[in-house]
Amino acid sequence: MKALKILILLFFAGIMIFAASDLPNRGDQENLMHAEESITGTVVKGTYFIQNAYRDARTPNMVTVVLGDYRSIDTFGEQVVIYTAGLITLLILRKGRRRMTP
Amino acid sequence: MKDPFQSPIVLLGARLLSPYIMVFGWYVIFHGHYSPGGGFQGGALLAASLLLIRVAGGSRLAELQIREFATTPLAVIGVAIYFATGLAAVAAGGYFLDYELLPIPGMEPAWLRYTGILIIEVGIGLAVMAILVMIYDNMVRGEDYG
Repeated sequence: MKALKILILLFFAGIMIFAASDLPNRGDQENLMHAEESITGTVVKGTYFIQNAYRDARTPNMVTVVLGDYRSIDTFGEQVVIYTAGLITLLILRKGRRRMTP
Repeated sequence: MKDPFQSPIVLLGARLLSPYIMVFGWYVIFHGHYSPGGGFQGGALLAASLLLIRVAGGSRLAELQIREFATTPLAVIGVAIYFATGLAAVAAGGYFLDYELLPIPGMEPAWLRYTGILIIEVGIGLAVMAILVMIYDNMVRGEDYG
């Protein structure tokens, strides 16, 4: 059984290494992911973010601009999700005065 | 974990590490404009520095840092900072979370966006830190030593 586990792990590690050997180089301009037009001929929406992120918010980190400015309502939702998770632990785990009412 | 088990070496290591983790957490929050980072990651680091003392020293020592009843209001303050930033833009006549119209005088719109992003990152960091500490406090409530 233990040998089977090790074999499965090695199998998945082999798949990972095989997949990683075919990844494109970082910043490859010929890569399809960085093209302004997709295969179907439509304009990729991320092009606007890449071209205008620094001009709009003076922030070199593009990811921060997308998360904090263009998609800020989504980030607000994420924060509310975390807040709700905390409040649920407050409700479930805290043993307060819980009377056994008849 | 009712038995008192306290190792001074573990406590000393935690005391040595905790301030540096906290400083690095604030660095990650405030440097998120220039390097990988931001509110969620920095808040998790701040919570790590607080939880290290809580795990190593027990709840009595941890009361010197942040008391248990203070975590829930801090989380509310963090969410409220974000929401108030959005509402301030609405009150100034723009869309929700449109930082260009924040009522800070003497700044260009692009720098106002920069400042708005910074404000909400601090809010996110506070909320994430307080909530992670709150979850730990609720889980070990009455069960840890000290």
